[in-house]
Amino acid sequence: MKKLALSAFAFAAMTLGAVADPDPKDWDAVLADARGETVYWNAWGGSENINAYIEWAGAELKARHGISLVHVKLDDTANAVAKVVAEKAAGKNAGGSVDLIWINGENFASMKRQGLLLSPGWAEDLPNWAYVDVDNKPTIRTDFTIPVEGLESPWGMAKLVFFHDSARSEVAVLPTDARSLLEWAEANPGRFSYPQPPDFIGSSFLKQVLSELVEDRSVLLAPVDEARFDATVAPLFAYLDKLHPAMWRSGRAYPANYPAMKQLLADNELDIIFAFNPSEASSAIANGELPDTVRSFTFPGGTLANTHFVAIPYNAASAAGALVTANFLISPEAQARKQDPKVWGDPTVLAMDKLEPNDRARFEALDLGVATLKPDQLGPAIDEPHPSWMDRLEGEWKRRYGVAN
Amino acid sequence: MLTRFGPPAAILLLSGPILAGLAGTILPAVGYLPALGGETFSLDPLRQLAAAPGIGGSALLSLRAGLASAALSLCVVMLFVAAWAGTSAFSRIQHLISPLLSVPHAAAAFGFAFLIAPSGLVARLASPELTGWQRPPDLLIVNDPMGLSLIAGLVVKEIPFLLLVTLAALPQVPLDRTRQLAASLGYGRIAGFLYCLWPLVYRQIRLPVFAVIAFASSVVDVAVILGPSTPPTLAVRLIGWMNDPELSMRFLASAGALLQLAVTAAAILIWLALERFGAAVLRGFCMQGRRLRHDAVLRWLALGMMLASALAVFAGLAGLALWSVAGLWQFPETLPRSISLKTWVATAPRVVEPLATTLAAGLLSTAVALALTLLCLMREDETGARGRRAAALIYLPLIVPQAAFLFGLHLLFLLGGFGASLWALVFVHLVFVMPYVFLSLSDPWRAFDRRFEAIAAGLGKSRLETLWRVRLPMLARPVLTACAVGFAVSVGLYLPTVLIGAGRLTTITTEAVALASGGNRRVIGVYAFLQMLLPLAGFAVATLVPALLFRRFRAMRV
Repeated sequence: MKKLALSAFAFAAMTLGAVADPDPKDWDAVLADARGETVYWNAWGGSENINAYIEWAGAELKARHGISLVHVKLDDTANAVAKVVAEKAAGKNAGGSVDLIWINGENFASMKRQGLLLSPGWAEDLPNWAYVDVDNKPTIRTDFTIPVEGLESPWGMAKLVFFHDSARSEVAVLPTDARSLLEWAEANPGRFSYPQPPDFIGSSFLKQVLSELVEDRSVLLAPVDEARFDATVAPLFAYLDKLHPAMWRSGRAYPANYPAMKQLLADNELDIIFAFNPSEASSAIANGELPDTVRSFTFPGGTLANTHFVAIPYNAASAAGALVTANFLISPEAQARKQDPKVWGDPTVLAMDKLEPNDRARFEALDLGVATLKPDQLGPAIDEPHPSWMDRLEGEWKRRYGVAN
Repeated sequence: MLTRFGPPAAILLLSGPILAGLAGTILPAVGYLPALGGETFSLDPLRQLAAAPGIGGSALLSLRAGLASAALSLCVVMLFVAAWAGTSAFSRIQHLISPLLSVPHAAAAFGFAFLIAPSGLVARLASPELTGWQRPPDLLIVNDPMGLSLIAGLVVKEIPFLLLVTLAALPQVPLDRTRQLAASLGYGRIAGFLYCLWPLVYRQIRLPVFAVIAFASSVVDVAVILGPSTPPTLAVRLIGWMNDPELSMRFLASAGALLQLAVTAAAILIWLALERFGAAVLRGFCMQGRRLRHDAVLRWLALGMMLASALAVFAGLAGLALWSVAGLWQFPETLPRSISLKTWVATAPRVVEPLATTLAAGLLSTAVALALTLLCLMREDETGARGRRAAALIYLPLIVPQAAFLFGLHLLFLLGGFGASLWALVFVHLVFVMPYVFLSLSDPWRAFDRRFEAIAAGLGKSRLETLWRVRLPMLARPVLTACAVGFAVSVGLYLPTVLIGAGRLTTITTEAVALASGGNRRVIGVYAFLQMLLPLAGFAVATLVPALLFRRFRAMRV
């Protein structure tokens, strides 16, 4: 009976939520709305430590706000976007199956363009927005050149960094840019690879190389100009044509994603790998997946940097619950836990000087690990190209290298 | 009374979903699917398929994998049976191999991949002492473009299956007498068996061989783990198209499924030609009177290959178990530096839900399959007819490539609004579980001594009571074994679960294959270990319960 009453209540809450979009300025009403809701969070599920963190967040949300968080594990975020597209096409403008999406870059751009996001912008009205470091982290308000306008809430920071095992390779000879990486690979054949695009880390490697080799980097900040596309990307593919024969398995097979690449470093198959999370290596050392001799390095000329976010579809069935979840994710407590290499090690989006002393102490207490570079050692940031580049690069890569015979 | 509905229900169950599914695949493949805007027939999906880059390579790869793995595994089984059937070594190997049948394909493939990779167990055991490798060599072994490791992975898993069906056929040929006769005429063991007995045996295992070809040419999970990725096999690409959120890709996926059907059909046709060729060669040798008496090398080779294939699976599984508790384990260390239960503890909470779905789908589908099988067999007792054609029907779900009809079925479910429910999952599992339950129970059921029933009837027991108090208890062992087989099949099902579960219902198997791409060997180890443990638990129940049940009945003990 009690269960029945509860589910009736949940149902009422759901239908109410669908009638009027919750307003984050009236936070108490949002909290009241959110209680009892089930939030379907569509997030990439390929990494165990991230999955475990999301599980922790779900338990906290249940205990504090009575929200049930369900992690819908994706192998590609585009699938969640397409789900919303399909729902819109079918006229399902309320009660959609996706409440929250872990997102950035081209997926955000495409959802924003098609009007698939909860609007008007809500992120900057969240209570915990006060702590967010908007002054020093420009990518929080500009996602892959697209203005965010509060349509997604920041979750973590990413910067392309490289890892190597100091027990095996000399620091002095490590590459310092894409060109010297090619020379290094030719001198050490079979010891470098990148995940097979369209894996997101693999595609990012293509963008890094293109950003370094392109004559005029500002071209990349605008949408792809079809007429000049071939000429613009010619240096990248000339580079890859030279790199592939010197790569792991001579470029005839690729690791599937970052975790697969990490295993290959642990197996001594690869000497240099890279990730979008500066403390990935420390985190892997803490988990016994990599030896404690692994160290990080980056390119002095700069590497790609961006922010990853969470967004709410316009037809989310549990928008209030999704808002509470987004707000919880940028709470100092959740952010500090996320930055702990033993948990995940994903850098925070918060500004230390905006925090209360006891919250700042949480961050200061973290041991970031031997393999993590300090923020001032991470080198300059290269802006992410306009989202349209990613799509075209992936298509071109597949055409050239994805089908060998 | 109820029994009358048994056979029609089974026929409907086995052929209905397949025919409906095939229709649901073929119509979109020629452009007809009103729900997605395809109102008229057109060849566009097929043209789009022909234009897909590397599609020919993918199709050839599937064809090659199907034929090569069936040919190799049949050869090993044929030579081994020919050389060793009737010896004590034979029965020992038979006991060694039997449990392998219950190991799900994906778990075996993982173990095999860990074994043969350049940084795998074999290289670790031999390095650096024998090979001089301080680090793994840069060799493309797993995921090789030729699909050799895929074929090898399929062969080690198909050998136990073909061996067991051959064992079931052997009692029906006069093995000992024929062996004596052939030997007295001076024929070698292998030649004697092949000339006199193999044609009789092969006739009975033909359908299972076709099932192996169909399975190997359309398999998804093993191909994801061991097959090439640039481009992958046809079935793997189909799954990609089917899961593509762009719904218009369903047309392309359906056209691809049609191609898959054609590839499997072509593989079976080529096999029919190979059969004739093989028969002609055998006859030719026979006519020339070749006695091939000095076949010791070949005999030991057959034994060696049989043992090697079993060893590969066992060693791979042991490696998996070791990875699941390994701390840091670098090449070329033979053993991990430390052992911890960390991965198990961290994974445990996430395993609960897939485990519950696996158990629910497995137990429910097995229970329904058992009920239907019993009804069919009881009906057979009543009418006395043993339909030969029915036997072919039983193999239908095993011979039609899964992808070809599951796509259509999935689409029908979706349109009917039954997507991703446990009942839909149980229904689809049932299609695959039912044949195995029927095949494993029918022989012991038919061999039952009916005089027990006559006595029971003479004592005034009703038919139901006779069934419940006499026949079922006496057949408890085969009934439970059939259930264990059915459960093992359900646990191992990948494609049906992925398609019908649509990401909302996950089982241990789908989770394990999804994790495969991540390359986290520790977590894969945990899932693959569980995947292997579940069927074993089923077989343990099937062994222990009758032992307990019959502990006071000497004649019922094994």
